[in-house]
Amino acid sequence: MLHLWLIPAFPLAGFLLNGLFGRRAPKLFVNLVGVGSVALSFLWVLNTLAALGPLETPHIERYFTWIQSGELRIGFDLVADRLSAVMMLVVTGVGLLIHVYSIGYMAHESGYYRFFAYLNLFMFFMLLLVMAGNFLLLFVGWEGVGLCSYLLIGFWFLKKSAADAGKKAFIVNRIGDFGFSLAIYLIVAHFGTLDFDPVFAAVRERPLETDAGLLTLVALLLLVGATGKSAQVPLYVWLPDAMEGPTPVSALIHAATMVTAGVYMTARCAPIYLQAPIALEAVAWVGAFTAFFAATIGLAQHDIKKVFAYSTISQLGYMFLGAGVGAFSAGIYHLVTHAFFKALLFLGAGSVIHALGGEQDLRRMGGLRKQAPVTFWTLLCAAVAIAGVPPFSGFHSKDAILLAAHHHSPALYWIGVVTAALTAFYVFRALFLAFFGDYRGDPHHHPHESPPVMTVPLMALAALSLAGGYFGVPAWLEPMFPVSEPAHDVALVVVSVIAGLAGIATAWWFYVARPGLADRVAAQLGGLYQLVYNKYFVDEIYGAAVVRPVVEGSEKLAWRTLDVSVIDGMVNGLGARAQSLGDVLRRIQSGNVRSYAAWVLFGAVLVVVAFGFWGGWQ
Amino acid sequence: MPDSFVPSPQEILRILPELVLVLAGTLIMVLTPLWRRQGDGRFGVLSLGALAAALVATVAAHVHRGPAFQQMLEVDGFATFFRLLVIGVGGLTALLSLPYLRREQAEPGEYHALLLFSVAGQSLMAAANELIMIFIGLEISSIASYILAGYLREDRRATEAALKYFLLGSFATAFLLYGVAWIYGMTGSTHLGEIQAALTVAAPPPSELLVAVAAAMMFAGLAFKVSVWPFQVWAPDVYQGAPSPVAGFLSAGPKAAAFAVFLRIFLTAFEPAAERWAAFVWWSALISMTLGNFAALVQSDIKRLLAYSSIAHAGYVLVAVTAHSEAGAAAAMFYLAAYALMNVGAFAVVAHLARKGERYVEVEDFAGLAVTQPGAAALFAIFLLSLIGVPPTAGFFGKFYVFKAALDADLVGLTVLGLLNSAVGAYYYLRILVVMYMREPGEAAASAPAPTSATRVALWICAFGTLLLGVWPSLILGSAERAAAFVR
Repeated sequence: MLHLWLIPAFPLAGFLLNGLFGRRAPKLFVNLVGVGSVALSFLWVLNTLAALGPLETPHIERYFTWIQSGELRIGFDLVADRLSAVMMLVVTGVGLLIHVYSIGYMAHESGYYRFFAYLNLFMFFMLLLVMAGNFLLLFVGWEGVGLCSYLLIGFWFLKKSAADAGKKAFIVNRIGDFGFSLAIYLIVAHFGTLDFDPVFAAVRERPLETDAGLLTLVALLLLVGATGKSAQVPLYVWLPDAMEGPTPVSALIHAATMVTAGVYMTARCAPIYLQAPIALEAVAWVGAFTAFFAATIGLAQHDIKKVFAYSTISQLGYMFLGAGVGAFSAGIYHLVTHAFFKALLFLGAGSVIHALGGEQDLRRMGGLRKQAPVTFWTLLCAAVAIAGVPPFSGFHSKDAILLAAHHHSPALYWIGVVTAALTAFYVFRALFLAFFGDYRGDPHHHPHESPPVMTVPLMALAALSLAGGYFGVPAWLEPMFPVSEPAHDVALVVVSVIAGLAGIATAWWFYVARPGLADRVAAQLGGLYQLVYNKYFVDEIYGAAVVRPVVEGSEKLAWRTLDVSVIDGMVNGLGARAQSLGDVLRRIQSGNVRSYAAWVLFGAVLVVVAFGFWGGWQ
Repeated sequence: MPDSFVPSPQEILRILPELVLVLAGTLIMVLTPLWRRQGDGRFGVLSLGALAAALVATVAAHVHRGPAFQQMLEVDGFATFFRLLVIGVGGLTALLSLPYLRREQAEPGEYHALLLFSVAGQSLMAAANELIMIFIGLEISSIASYILAGYLREDRRATEAALKYFLLGSFATAFLLYGVAWIYGMTGSTHLGEIQAALTVAAPPPSELLVAVAAAMMFAGLAFKVSVWPFQVWAPDVYQGAPSPVAGFLSAGPKAAAFAVFLRIFLTAFEPAAERWAAFVWWSALISMTLGNFAALVQSDIKRLLAYSSIAHAGYVLVAVTAHSEAGAAAAMFYLAAYALMNVGAFAVVAHLARKGERYVEVEDFAGLAVTQPGAAALFAIFLLSLIGVPPTAGFFGKFYVFKAALDADLVGLTVLGLLNSAVGAYYYLRILVVMYMREPGEAAASAPAPTSATRVALWICAFGTLLLGVWPSLILGSAERAAAFVR
């Protein structure tokens, strides 16, 4: 027993302490509890992994039987294997840095304690998600992180857009969860258990499904769940809106950890996907398409956080692409490096926003290089990492994915390369617009560098972004996944690096060398630019095609015809006019009693006919 | 003929919960004129005491379980499960009614007496193993409920609700009774086990068609009580008009008892004819879920919203009935227990915020409750999340078991449609959460008084139970599964 349970228990305790006593407690207490609990959790992860050593076999701890129903036993089981070890380190490590940063970023906000309480609750569920030993516990974590995400998107600011964004995240995720829960039901119905090991062992026994079969169905339903949580096409629409939440939340939940849960789940279910090649192919194409699609939208956004949000969607697409071409370890590898540089991008953006007193529009920034040097240099580290400049972290993980993609299908590789160029362009566009040129914002506001409590985490993440490529994640994960390492092809690597550098150079040309050129190009492109700028009108299409019909349909069909006009209209009109019991009775005697009876009679006749003559039908 | 008409002590013990409740109810009736001028708290205390004694009696009866009164009653695990459930719901309702009656300045004596009678009827339904007993229990429960729904005589909404409930309910019960008569005519028995035997082994067996028609008429009567399609029309008006604690009571207690009877009748007596009724129950489940959820989407009155949602939840339970298996019965039992906790809790919050005369019952009235009363809002949030089915709450496991039982019975289509429905259902509960947490406090939330201690106790019990069943569902699932062994 290594007491794995302590890892999620620390943040849970932090949540309870801050939630119950934080309101009246001094700020120091809130900080100590909020950050300290995550620090303890991180230390306990290190301690556990040191004790477990190389983890040749998974270490499973079973605490108690949660559900015993006939043959089905579901326990509260936590597992530490190589995959969950990587996830635990990322979640607690990056999480800790973001918690520290939040002390500075949220210092002046009201409801400070509540923020840390929610953040700790999130950490609890996220750790539960990655440490779960069965599908049900994973689902509990999955729903829990979603819940915290809505809390943190919307509950923080009393503004309508934030409330709507929280609602949207919730609704869209329900669709994903519908797929996920259906997959869980199918697994329990066919395998009689939800524990990972027996399910995967049984899956490996089954023949490869070259035609669609049970496993393909399960895998596709899991994919639906993953597209919801990890913001892939077609369910990505909630993530950009989620940027209404405070920036540390965007960094922690909507960049580094929660949104990668879908990738983690796909990697966890690799045995299922490997037996269902059709579903695996779908994962690859969903990922590739999302990567490209979101990157194009990112080109034309003015809100710095929106740029990075579409970037996150696009990078998650890369991870799915990696998983989809069978390179699960490359996908997880990119998950890790992305956690470093994307958390850094968001925290850096937060530092910029902080410096400018809340300004998020890139058009009203500029020239911040001198006023906020630490932010600039650290953001530059993140930018070179995401652009795939060797030898920084993004280069290694992205190339692992692209090589595997080429091995699988050259088309996927080329989509990835084009996306890499777009990625480099939009990230450096944001960087140049914010830090180069002249300050274009409010002349009365004087930008300033953020306090050390914010810049130190930035520096730590910058170091990780630069060096993260040498952590040996793929080698560590190798025993978890079948090896399909393609030969190292220098030509392919050179092509993708050139694509990235070309993107950077173009951004330099557009926004530093020839300022104003970008606007002229945008004007020339006209309709195309408008299409991209308006995010392909997907929100509007969803609104017109799904949301409105449902609302109007419910009003018309379920309410007006079935309810109000048949029964309610008649009775409510009566109630409104009736002055006394006698009045009601009198009106009822004048005919309504017959319509009541008619309704019951109608139902009864229906049932009798159905039972009598429809019998045997199933 | 039995040897003796004098009941044995064991038989008395097995009907003790009902005896306690009825005697206490009668005592309250007698005391009402005597205590009129004095504090009104005493009736509530008496009523709570009687319910607590009934709980103890239920446990005692379970220790000496077995049939009673020529097998008219059957005290088994199933009966005990539902007895505990309905008595528990009665206790929570009594607790919530204390502040409510004081606030509305309503007569507490009759109210508590009626509540006890209604619970006694439901408790009898839970244990009844014979159609006449079932009918008597149902009527005792229903008639008391009709009056409770219209207890606020000055309130026009309540009066209208009660009348509508009474008239429609009487029609429906008539169908039930007519079905009982048909069955007796065909099989010569009203005992569920004997009916089942007559339908399977008797030579010549009764006409299948006639049995189906009788089953259909009994379905009509019971479907009305549990408010599933096509007999759901009364629920929105009655829940909206009835006093909030009574609405919570109606959605939990009588519904659970009626489902208990439903399960007993259809999974024992009519199990041989399952293929005749299962098809229609399939549709009834689907339409109830869909109609309830979609109609709830557009409601602005929270009691009406909860009423439609309760139709949808009855639909989920019916999914488990459609499976007509042991696992299905256990899932239905678990769901009903979970639903009772979360829905009584939800109505408790509604009753608390509504104030005198139930002025604040719009969804909008909950705006900013999280700011002015974070505790009440947090508890309400737990109930709503459980109604949505988010883990780790009781509602999640309720749905989990129901749909698992449905899949085990190869009801794939119904499972998919049910899950889709629960995704739709999330939306309207969420709307309440959003209003509560993301709006500036409105007049209703700003002026809300602190919850009384009785309300607080009831809310905490419901919330604790909702979370407990979410974290440790085996707590009652095990007993539900053992109790469901009666199936076939």
